[in-house]
Amino acid sequence: MFENLTNRFEVILRNIRGKGRLGPDEVEVVLREIRVALLDADVHLGVVQTLQDRIRERALGEELSGVLNPGQQVVRIVLEELTGILGGETMPITFASKPPTVVLLAGLQGSGKTTASAKLARWFKANGRNPLLVGADLDRPAAVEQLRTLAGRIDVPVFSQPGDPVSVAAAGLVEARRLGRDVLICDTAGRLAIDDDLMAEVARIAAVLEPHYTFLVLDAMTGQDAVNVAEAFHQRLELDAVVLTKLDGDARGGAALSVREVVGRPIAFASTGEALEDLEPFHPDRLASRILGMGDIETLIEKAEETFEKEQAEAAAARMLEGTFTLDDFLEQLRQIRRMGPVGDVMQMVPGLGQQIQGAEAELDEHRIDRIEGIIHSMTPDERTDPDVIDGSRRARIAAGSGTQVSEVSRLVRQFREMRKLMKQMGGAGSKGRGRGPKRGRKGRRQGGGGRTTPSGPVKVQNKGLALPGLGGHGVEGAQDLGNPGTFEPGGFLPRS
Amino acid sequence: MTLRTRLGRAREALGARLADVRGRDEVDAATWDELEEALILADVGVSMSTALLARVRERVGADGVSDGADVIDLLKAEIIGRLDGVDRSLSERASPSVWLFVGVNGVGKTTTIGRLGHLRVSAGRSVVFAAGDTYRAAAVEQLGLWAERAGATVVRGAEGADPSSVVFDAIEHAAARGADLVLADTAGRVHTRRNLMDELAKVRRVAEKGAGSVTETLLVLDATTGQNGLVQARQFTEAADVTGLILTKLDGSARGGIVLAVEGELGIPVKFVGVGEGLDDLVPFDPGEFVDALFEMGE
Ligand SMILES: Nc1nc2c(ncn2[C@@H]2O[C@H](COP(=O)(O)OP(=O)(O)OP(=O)(O)O)[C@@H](O)[C@H]2O)c(=O)[nH]1
Ligand SMILES: Nc1nc2c(ncn2[C@@H]2O[C@H](COP(=O)(O)OP(=O)(O)O)[C@@H](O)[C@H]2O)c(=O)[nH]1
Ligand SMILES: [Mg+2]
Ligand SMILES: [Mg+2]
Repeated sequence: MFENLTNRFEVILRNIRGKGRLGPDEVEVVLREIRVALLDADVHLGVVQTLQDRIRERALGEELSGVLNPGQQVVRIVLEELTGILGGETMPITFASKPPTVVLLAGLQGSGKTTASAKLARWFKANGRNPLLVGADLDRPAAVEQLRTLAGRIDVPVFSQPGDPVSVAAAGLVEARRLGRDVLICDTAGRLAIDDDLMAEVARIAAVLEPHYTFLVLDAMTGQDAVNVAEAFHQRLELDAVVLTKLDGDARGGAALSVREVVGRPIAFASTGEALEDLEPFHPDRLASRILGMGDIETLIEKAEETFEKEQAEAAAARMLEGTFTLDDFLEQLRQIRRMGPVGDVMQMVPGLGQQIQGAEAELDEHRIDRIEGIIHSMTPDERTDPDVIDGSRRARIAAGSGTQVSEVSRLVRQFREMRKLMKQMGGAGSKGRGRGPKRGRKGRRQGGGGRTTPSGPVKVQNKGLALPGLGGHGVEGAQDLGNPGTFEPGGFLPRS
Repeated sequence: MTLRTRLGRAREALGARLADVRGRDEVDAATWDELEEALILADVGVSMSTALLARVRERVGADGVSDGADVIDLLKAEIIGRLDGVDRSLSERASPSVWLFVGVNGVGKTTTIGRLGHLRVSAGRSVVFAAGDTYRAAAVEQLGLWAERAGATVVRGAEGADPSSVVFDAIEHAAARGADLVLADTAGRVHTRRNLMDELAKVRRVAEKGAGSVTETLLVLDATTGQNGLVQARQFTEAADVTGLILTKLDGSARGGIVLAVEGELGIPVKFVGVGEGLDDLVPFDPGEFVDALFEMGE
């Protein structure tokens, strides 16, 4: 389904690759698709409308990155908005200074309260606590037996008695203190949000228990009504969080997103099966992907970005070998290095490079890279492609534009030219270069035929670590994979002052 | 915005949209938007809503309707038209007839059996409950209590026993006693669990092997269920040949609109609806009442 969504976006956005940003018409078409996808995932209509507004704003304002295709970029925006709503925080459970820590579960009929109660008891037990389960569902036939059976499996005591649920809860609290249990988990009967009597009853239970945590147990399959339900329970009980159940099904779980947005309470636990082990802390990013329709989109987008970077680097490397490497390529290499962290650190991570660079490290600081970027930015596209056209007056203009000295500009251009020449020689060296550092495969394996000049078409470059000598590979991983550091030639290609 | 106003807004959202449409004396783009939104809030789903409104648009054009209230009536008529004339009876043609209850967890299968059993016993039938949920904690006790209330007998197996054999035994038991009807409970299962769906298919097969015959396989759907309901209906039909739907929890604030898609796309008729937790809270599905409830204004 996610794939369908991206595919649909791609069809819609096929023709806009060249443009800088999405136009209003394109955005509206995309928004309609997003609307359907979210509604099909049971996101509440009101929340969908809010989301659409936010996505519209961002999609119109954001520059197309070139890293992702427009379809992917929109999906990323949507995903970020969804994850934003779902919240990044996992809910910390702390314990009352004066035990027991009291947990109250409430929700609609059949949402999974009794099972979740037992699961939580198991969870607390696994965290070194001594829970007591209180069975305050006296309505549903065999509810207490159900709880006792489940509790028996994890060896946790259950308190319940005939009468009314409020007194069961009150007596349960006394019992927990008497037995010295430090956690009390109270299961309650399922109730409809619009059943005033039963909603008042659960409020009375909360009043006697004064719970530290009140959880709404919500079925992931719930549709548009989830918002009404959550608001009604929140109004009566001041919810702390939601336990989302039945995620082992294939419902998208948009209801949870709606509840998060409307009630503003996090989803603390996710339940993924009937067995008592099937309870985990909640991962907002996973649910966001799921709402958009399966698959781990985060990974997918990362992959797209990686692939793009790889393609860019490969193309740059190919141009390098052909001697057509440009200052734009050079700039891109600098940017990639920056993304990895402080330059010095990155350099130190490159085997064999660390030592040699020590003296030069000071020159490689962020500040210098800033200046180099500034210089290149002040060049025209023509100048970046072919620095040979840069004469005296151009140098003066570039220096003025970047706030640097003319000599710095000359130095950069000269060193870049040298580097390019050298690279071309290397490229032309063909199989003679075999076995040298830059031609080794990722795992240090030898790969034949590296360093060939490729006249046209996509270029396969065998070595991720090749890229720019002196600046390491275009990724730390590639750089670390360099087979034989001894033969790696860092060279003096980075312009030095 | 305060919580209270938000609560009010959400709850009245559907009613407000309809009231808006009703009060309008022209039919414009906003009318259609609001009708679509009302249908979506009732869980009818985008694709079904679009289909319904496309038909109503045609009629509005043809009939020259210009009044909001008339458009709503046309929409109601369109939905009722699709639901009318469908056979919603439960078949008892075999002896004993076996009705198998299937569905995801917690939708109301066991409760439905209790109430439907009560209805058939009241109609003079002799009814046996088969405790085919051998998985859920205390499921057998729950069914046992319903059997007492309904005046049915219950046949149970050991906890963890093969549900097929429990159901088979119950059918044999019923045949031997000359009982008319076996209502077979099954454990709730999500349709993504392949092995559990296979287990269900086996229950269905084995139930045909003995003295009786499965005359209904009833999928129980919870009215709060959103768009996943359609997926559930497809999967359960594939595994167990569903012949009808029971829509439960319609007494809540959810409107159960997904059944329109299930009935429309899969041709599985809704047969009964649950309107409470009590013994008498199960009633035959009535298209007119359902559609009225679907369009009920906010309180
Ligand atoms: N597949 C699946 N089933 C679940 C999950 N959580 C609970 N269930 C099942 O859902 C059904 C209802 O669960 P209960 O724990 O009895 O729900 P409840 O909210 O206590 O129900 P009432 O007390 O009847 O209101 C049972 O069959 C459980 O085994 C889950 O995460 N996945
Ligand atoms: N309000 C309401 N609750 C219902 C209805 N039908 C079932 N229930 C409740 O839903 C819960 C789950 O029902 P149960 O029969 O155990 O579901 P099963 O797991 O499918 O067998 C129980 O608490 C029932 O009392 C209904 O029509 N309305
Ligand atoms: Mg329960
Ligand atoms: Mg049951």
